[in-house]
Amino acid sequence: MSAEENSRRQFLVSSMTGISTAWLALNWPAVVRAQSMAHQKVEFAFFKPEQAAEIDAMAAQIFPSDDTPGAREAQVINFIDLALVTFATDAQPIYAQGLLDLHAKTKDMFPDAAMFSALKPAQQIQLLTSIEKTPFFKTVRDHTIMGVFASPQHGGNYDKVGWKLIGFEDKLAFAPPFGYYDR
Amino acid sequence: MIKYTPSTEVDFLVIGSGAGGAVMAKELAVAGFSVVVLEQGPWGDYGHEQDFNKDELNNRYPDPIDALMSDPNKQRNTFRRNASEKAMPGRHTYGCVIGGGTVTYGGSSWRHLPWEFNEASQFGTIEGTGVADWPVSYEEIEPYYTKAEWEIGISGERVNTPLMAPMSKPYPVPPLPMKSSGALFKVAASKLGLTVVPNVAAIITVPYMGRGACINCGMCSGYGCQVKARSSSAVALLPIAEHTNRCEIRANSYVREISVNDKGKVTGAIYFDQQRREIFQKAKVVVLSANGTETPRLLLLSSSKRFPNGLANSSGLVGKYLMTGNGGGATGLFEHPLNEYKGCVTGAAIVDYVPNDTQKRGFYGGGRMTARGFTTPIEYGLGGVHSTATWGAAYKKALIDQANHKLAVSNFISQLPVETNTVDLDPDVKDAWGLPAMRITTTSHQNDFKAMQFFIDRSVEILQAAGANQVWADQVSDSRGGAHARGTCRMGNDASKSVVNKFHRAHDVPNLFIVDGSSFVTGGRNHPTMTISALAFRAADHLVRAAKAGNVNI
Repeated sequence: MSAEENSRRQFLVSSMTGISTAWLALNWPAVVRAQSMAHQKVEFAFFKPEQAAEIDAMAAQIFPSDDTPGAREAQVINFIDLALVTFATDAQPIYAQGLLDLHAKTKDMFPDAAMFSALKPAQQIQLLTSIEKTPFFKTVRDHTIMGVFASPQHGGNYDKVGWKLIGFEDKLAFAPPFGYYDR
Repeated sequence: MIKYTPSTEVDFLVIGSGAGGAVMAKELAVAGFSVVVLEQGPWGDYGHEQDFNKDELNNRYPDPIDALMSDPNKQRNTFRRNASEKAMPGRHTYGCVIGGGTVTYGGSSWRHLPWEFNEASQFGTIEGTGVADWPVSYEEIEPYYTKAEWEIGISGERVNTPLMAPMSKPYPVPPLPMKSSGALFKVAASKLGLTVVPNVAAIITVPYMGRGACINCGMCSGYGCQVKARSSSAVALLPIAEHTNRCEIRANSYVREISVNDKGKVTGAIYFDQQRREIFQKAKVVVLSANGTETPRLLLLSSSKRFPNGLANSSGLVGKYLMTGNGGGATGLFEHPLNEYKGCVTGAAIVDYVPNDTQKRGFYGGGRMTARGFTTPIEYGLGGVHSTATWGAAYKKALIDQANHKLAVSNFISQLPVETNTVDLDPDVKDAWGLPAMRITTTSHQNDFKAMQFFIDRSVEILQAAGANQVWADQVSDSRGGAHARGTCRMGNDASKSVVNKFHRAHDVPNLFIVDGSSFVTGGRNHPTMTISALAFRAADHLVRAAKAGNVNI
């Protein structure tokens, strides 16, 4: 491992708190690719960068990264951004208004905070719990889960992390026995 | 491919191309008649092997032109539990593509058992219901079941048991793999003394009639089959009809009226084409096969001076006795991976509770038990998790723990015919074409709730016997519409108590035939497709003979 890779690995470990080193070791090449992508200057199709940061933070609470990958590793933000200019254009107004409401709610609950994404995780969860019945939250929740589990060609489920979580094998055809009990 | 001008009077106009309509079109065209099929749905973008993909998102949110199901925002409908309520927007949908519901259905193709045709004689009528004998017997239909199974391509195993219908010929294709669900059913069955049989399905497991075998891709029920192994009307029957060069199939044709002359005979139908132009197609005979909900609606939309209460409705029974089928069961968590997402949705069934046991159970009813795990990841992630949380760390943990380890016993349970369960026209709401929307009114009979609870309890028992670590029982919940609609133009010998006769001719209209689930008198065990197809083969057989003799008044 070169010095450059080593330092990048250290950066990743420190920036991805909660991800187990065992998981990192197993998925190392994929994580490097994902992180390098995330650090490129990304042009979003729908979001402004600061809007993307807010939705990304919401997605990260909805499907968190803990001892296994979550919405961030699946790059759900890319999925949602792409969805809003393709199959989910209907939801654009929900996001536009929802982001304004999210900002107002953040100011209301935490007057010192500049952005939702700048809140501490516990504060984010507290705020999201207070809006979890709104159409905006429900839409982001559904889009986050879709972004984890849709085919990677739609921008999320990076390196099939979502499918690996649920043991879903990506093959066109199968032959029996399929599972443990029909062997 | 032949094209008829609308002013050409064709022999037969068939409305709908699903399990009933496609059989009629194919049989009539092969027999030498000119046929036009009107289907409101599109051709359907699936089954192109060069484009084979398993993209769940694209298949869940297809472009409107590629949709395979009706859209409640266009084919608007309303729903209420009883006549005293104001109906609210409903979510009733049905297959809406060339091939109808057979394009996307799970494929189960069970015959009715002999006693399912005369339950009133065998078990008596039940207060508050319209339970009656069918005007046809199993013996009369049996040859047409066989014909349907061999012409459509059905897989299964002929099992010698009173729990399955007797067959004069085995299935043409061997059964599907039993899967882990079937293996676990067998574990439970050996402890509880139950009978597990392979599923009977319109899915071919070996090459048959020019089509290739199922590859167990897993993207099955709800999706168009990418390799044409599902024996839908679209791939098994309609190509034969077209090949005669006497049958024209028109997609994107939304019928708004069946027209009649002053002699009370039908003359054809008016439909909207894709550009919403109104076109009148002339025909000598109309065959209505638009499904158990759209068929009665179209008859009610076709009222006229001659038929003020709707076409073929002198009995007042068009749209009544709606049965959409009940379900309910339980879900269990198992230690090892099931991988139920591989292969077709149903591999095996427990059939012991299909028959009535009114004396022992204290209620009428029965059903067929099947089991399934999650089939596609997005659908599972959005709504397949048993968890009080719907997001966050707790939700994610439940989602991961349950995935691939959870098995749902899903049951297909009888529903009694009740006169107040209806399809009619909503007085206020219009569909996207400006026509009165369909209104569904339904509350199951008290007896049906007992049947549902019985099946929930049996499901829990079976999952526990199979070794589940944890079991969730469903709540009893009443049906709200959806696929499997039956009963709304019931058949019978008495014109005052039924809409069509035993050969599916409308009692009131000599040249109108109604051939789909609406003809059912009683509902069977909520697996109607094979019986719809067999009845259609039988109706076509009689109609061809009558038409060749020059008089369809059979």
